[in-house]
Amino acid sequence: MKIRLLAGLLVLGLAAGCGGAKVEDTPGSAAPQASSGASAGGTVKIAINPWVGYEASANVVAYLLKNELGYTVELPEIKEQLAWEGFETGDVDVIIENWGHPDLKQKFIDEKKVAQVAGSTGNKGVIGWYIPKWMADKHPGITDYKNLNKYAHLFKTSESGDKGQLLFGDPSYVSNEDALIKNLKLDLKVVTGGSEAALIKGAQQAQEQQKPLLFYFWDPHWLFSKTELVRVNLPPYTEGCDADPKKVACDYAEMDLDKIVSTKFAQTGGKAYELVKNFSWTNEDQNAVADDMTNNGMTGEQAAKKWVEANTATWQAWIPK
Amino acid sequence: MSATAVGTRSGLRVPGWAAPAGIAVLFVAGYLVFRGAGTLPHDDDAPQFLAITDLREWVDDNKNASPVFLYFINYIRLFVGAIFVALQSALHGLGWPGLIGLMAGLGWLAGGWRIGLLGAAGFASFGVLGVWESSVDTLALVGTAVLLSLVIGLPLGVWAGRSPRLRRALNPVLDIMQIMPTFAYLAPMVLFFQIGAPAGAIATMIYAIPPAIRITALAIEQVSPVAVEASASLGATSWQTLRKVHLPLARSTMTLAVNQTIMMALSMVVIANLISAPGLGSDIIRGLSRQNVGIMLPAGLAIVVMAVVLDRTTMAAAHRRAHERTARWRWPVAAGLVAGGVALTYALPPAFPGQWVLPMGGPVNDAVRWAEVNWYDATEAIKNVTSEALLNPLQGLLTSAPWWLVAAAVLLLAWWSSGIRPALTALGCLLAIALLGLWEHSMVTLTMVVVAVLAVLVIGLVLGVAAARSARYSAVQRPLLDAAQTMPSFVYLLPALALFGPTKFTAIFASVIYAAPPVIRLVEQGIRAVPHPVVEAALSAGSTPGQLLRKVQLPMARQAILLAANQGIVLTLAMVVLGALVGGGALGYDVVSGFSQRTDFGMGFAAGVAIVLLGIMLDRITQGADRRSSPHQRNSV
Amino acid sequence: MGVSPDSTAIEVEGLWKIFGPTAEKVLRCDDRFLEPAALREKTGCTAAVRDVSFTVRPGEVFVVMGLSGSGKSTLVRCLTRLIEPSAGVIRIGGEDVGQASPARLRDLRRHRVSMVFQHFGLLPHRRVIDNVGYGLEIQGVGRAARHARAGEILSLVGLDGHADAYPDQLSGGMQQRVGLARALAVDPEVMLFDEPFSALDPLIRRDMQAEVIRLHREVGKTMVFITHDLSEALKLGERIAIMRAGSIVQLGTPEELVGAPADDYVADFVRDVPRSHVLTLRWICRPPEPGEPLDGPELPASTVIKDAVAVASATSRPIRVVDEGEPAGVVDRVDLLTFLSGQDTDQQAVQATT
Repeated sequence: MKIRLLAGLLVLGLAAGCGGAKVEDTPGSAAPQASSGASAGGTVKIAINPWVGYEASANVVAYLLKNELGYTVELPEIKEQLAWEGFETGDVDVIIENWGHPDLKQKFIDEKKVAQVAGSTGNKGVIGWYIPKWMADKHPGITDYKNLNKYAHLFKTSESGDKGQLLFGDPSYVSNEDALIKNLKLDLKVVTGGSEAALIKGAQQAQEQQKPLLFYFWDPHWLFSKTELVRVNLPPYTEGCDADPKKVACDYAEMDLDKIVSTKFAQTGGKAYELVKNFSWTNEDQNAVADDMTNNGMTGEQAAKKWVEANTATWQAWIPK
Repeated sequence: MSATAVGTRSGLRVPGWAAPAGIAVLFVAGYLVFRGAGTLPHDDDAPQFLAITDLREWVDDNKNASPVFLYFINYIRLFVGAIFVALQSALHGLGWPGLIGLMAGLGWLAGGWRIGLLGAAGFASFGVLGVWESSVDTLALVGTAVLLSLVIGLPLGVWAGRSPRLRRALNPVLDIMQIMPTFAYLAPMVLFFQIGAPAGAIATMIYAIPPAIRITALAIEQVSPVAVEASASLGATSWQTLRKVHLPLARSTMTLAVNQTIMMALSMVVIANLISAPGLGSDIIRGLSRQNVGIMLPAGLAIVVMAVVLDRTTMAAAHRRAHERTARWRWPVAAGLVAGGVALTYALPPAFPGQWVLPMGGPVNDAVRWAEVNWYDATEAIKNVTSEALLNPLQGLLTSAPWWLVAAAVLLLAWWSSGIRPALTALGCLLAIALLGLWEHSMVTLTMVVVAVLAVLVIGLVLGVAAARSARYSAVQRPLLDAAQTMPSFVYLLPALALFGPTKFTAIFASVIYAAPPVIRLVEQGIRAVPHPVVEAALSAGSTPGQLLRKVQLPMARQAILLAANQGIVLTLAMVVLGALVGGGALGYDVVSGFSQRTDFGMGFAAGVAIVLLGIMLDRITQGADRRSSPHQRNSV
Repeated sequence: MGVSPDSTAIEVEGLWKIFGPTAEKVLRCDDRFLEPAALREKTGCTAAVRDVSFTVRPGEVFVVMGLSGSGKSTLVRCLTRLIEPSAGVIRIGGEDVGQASPARLRDLRRHRVSMVFQHFGLLPHRRVIDNVGYGLEIQGVGRAARHARAGEILSLVGLDGHADAYPDQLSGGMQQRVGLARALAVDPEVMLFDEPFSALDPLIRRDMQAEVIRLHREVGKTMVFITHDLSEALKLGERIAIMRAGSIVQLGTPEELVGAPADDYVADFVRDVPRSHVLTLRWICRPPEPGEPLDGPELPASTVIKDAVAVASATSRPIRVVDEGEPAGVVDRVDLLTFLSGQDTDQQAVQATT
């Protein structure tokens, strides 16, 4: 019986294989593009990057695509840089919130021409190093990077050994931390929490239990409305100071967060593409949705629905005529 | 080789522990003198890494130009992708009642109504857990990987079973494939097959294919040579003998190969989600990155249920007697179950009804939060004590000792335990790690492995001995071990993360609970295998239970215990690097980083290689140990 | 069957089989004549069959006997090249087996020679009838035809009614009957038996031996029978070859082996055989002494001695022994008593001291 079952599966597999071979037959076709053809019709694939603000934007767009325009939406969990590769393979149509990445833009937009920018999200984004407010009150001058070494011992943990800990998030996040520590000669060690949640939990514990913590974080984020955080001042950003990633010795720049779509989607996405292109909202909008998702027990869809119902005027403008 | 080592030993008449103790003393002495000198600190931008990153960029740029990609690799990608899509749409096309009916039918065919019921209930639980769609995707991915593994592995296994030469050639390759932690080959997958389902399926296949080949070869080898000779004596061609004798006689063992392949694929398939393959792993990874056990748990449970259903079904198929009378109504009943399911697909809503979904997220998260709050002091204390007292000092020792001192210690240790040839291999691995530029991170990972293995061995010995001595306790423990061994490794990250948050200790904790069950089992089996007359003789000489254990059972079970240690190390290493996802850091983190940051690709790739090298090194240090075994056997070697 | 009665069924000449890494080299030089232990020490090779020659007549039961490791099983496998011989010539029905192409060899195995194995070699996943029909299936015979043939053979070997059983549902003796039936089903000229009954209980073994004798009478196949059991060899064999360390040390009729062992090895073997059950009057008859009365009862020379005792006890006159009508000599009571008391030959005396 088993053998017959296997034989059946084998036939199925072979039949499927022949289908695959035919796709390849089209001369000169770059294989990866072939598979994305199917998604352009009724399905939109929005990559989910691992932070809740991104998810908020993605869920609102997905909600509108589904309920206003009748598309099917897939939300695959793909991290930032891999998502760019997804443009090439057809696994991703849209990155809804892109933080800079000039190198990727050059590669995938300018060189490979598989992606293009679809306007700003309206959000201003900035990355920085933060401490809980009580620390800034207790230790004057700690917010100046020049004094960090003096207080480094406060940040020691079992993970960081004899240096101070700088808690980092998901490995895929935009990061200059190693270069900054090296170039500013700080007595710190990057400890990777592995996720946004680890950062949030760390920050909350630091607040509640008065535990010292220095961590990587970013705005827009709902956490700022719940926990008092103070940014550490690194040498101010100047145009081009972050050109060479190894020599960075300045703070992160404030970024216009933008949307990236695959070229294929831009060409064949129709109304879905229009909607993505028109999507633009404020940091407050995003924080509201993200807060509902994280703290009010809502799923992404529920939180998006709540926002959509309350902000008709905003999203009406995005819907293509 | 080992004879020389042993010769010196017995010549000097030193006790068995003297050699490792001597190595340790020398190492500490050397450390005190040279500490801090000759270290190889980690550099994210080591030239080796940059070279690999550049290579990747080059490959990337030429993907659509090079004929290798245009006509070969992309083609494989498409082919595998097509199989996946076909399976996926077939499974989704059946609808949820249809798929439940199909599983019930298969279960019924394999093992009667019990297995059929298990299949139906198990698959229905995917819907109840609220992860139906992801489960079907995972099933399609596992199906694709298993199909590929079998299509390649079974013929290769059959061939290897009949050709000792091929078997000898394959053995080392399969060894490495099995030692190699799954994590290590994700980066090259992305390089060649990019992200998505095909890369995931191929990575899963690489992991799942060794048992398909090995067990098939074994099955063919074990076919009664008399039956084969009888067939030849009647003038059968080699093909006829294969078809009519080898394959039917090897059938049930080969079903075991299918079973093992499925199990391996299931444990890897979740990890494949790291390179954006669809399925349940996606939920687990989302849960990990939100530190939200409520998201992870349904997916984790679904994976476990899937593993149990597929395991029991294939095992039942394997255990059916070769010529059991098949009742006339077996097939109609199975067909009826499938048809009934498919018919219901038209009657019932296409998506699994929402009101049947058990909402778990809330309560689970509440429970986790409760545990976090109430156990915080205890878990925090355990974590900190272990880290400060054991992990950090050992890590400090290994990372601040001169590299040549560590290398010399490893050489001597491996020489003592396994002989000169494995020792040289181990040394070679260590030097290669140094050349890769990953010395420091490898030492950190090594520290974690050592600590975890020690814990695993202690737990394994205590529980194994307990089980061997009390039939009642063993009966309680056995089903737990069974369940634990069918669980994919990823699932162990959940409780560890919930209890300890993301730290190195968490990774160690997860790997200890992952590696302990097989070790416990091996120890128990080893002690139980001590011949009864020997035990009787010891008892009749008036041994206390303690004396019996110390003087008879443990020494005689030595081989099994050493095998357990070897297994424990391989499993622990695989899990420790996976622990990068919950704060394990070091090599595992380099790998994760390698496929999340383009500029770190080289480091990630090199780290994958380093993990493999570390695995081979540890294997070589311990594998020889079971060859040394007891004194008389030593003489006969 | 295309074999004329006066030709030979099997002819083996100078057969060698050497196992080991340097077998070819060993064969080419004088090393091959070394003692087994010395050979292994020097070359790492084992000579399983050493320069064996013999012929088997059509319809004969030819027994090869030896202890385990004497090379008898290797020898029988060399006959159809289940084990490839290292050197020598084998002819079966006049065809040179060594030179046969793979196809010819398969043909030989399919139609002309079949084999019965010590451990039966049945296929557990097939019913008895499909096991018996296996050889025919391989030849490409249709299902109905092979089932019909297998059914016939099953009744020939006394397994009526077991056609649908699976091998593991049968006793050992019945399983070997299936093995026998499988070999018979292809209607071969030659049947090879590799210690077919040594895995069976003694009582069943006796039944099976009788079965083979019966079958031989009924179907008249040429049989080569391997055994390590002397009584089995004496019971079945028309001629017996005794092997030791790969060579044949003696080849002859049972009578010749028992009556005139070629060396101590064979003598030791046959020591416990009740000689009166094997030897015939031909062996002990003598020319009549002058004046002996020649009017006693007449017995053929092939009469076994123990059967002659009854005749001798009924008469006081010497028995006249006749070999195919010609007088061969006489045997009287004293001769018989001397023989039975075991003091007839020097050989016997020598044995007694060993």
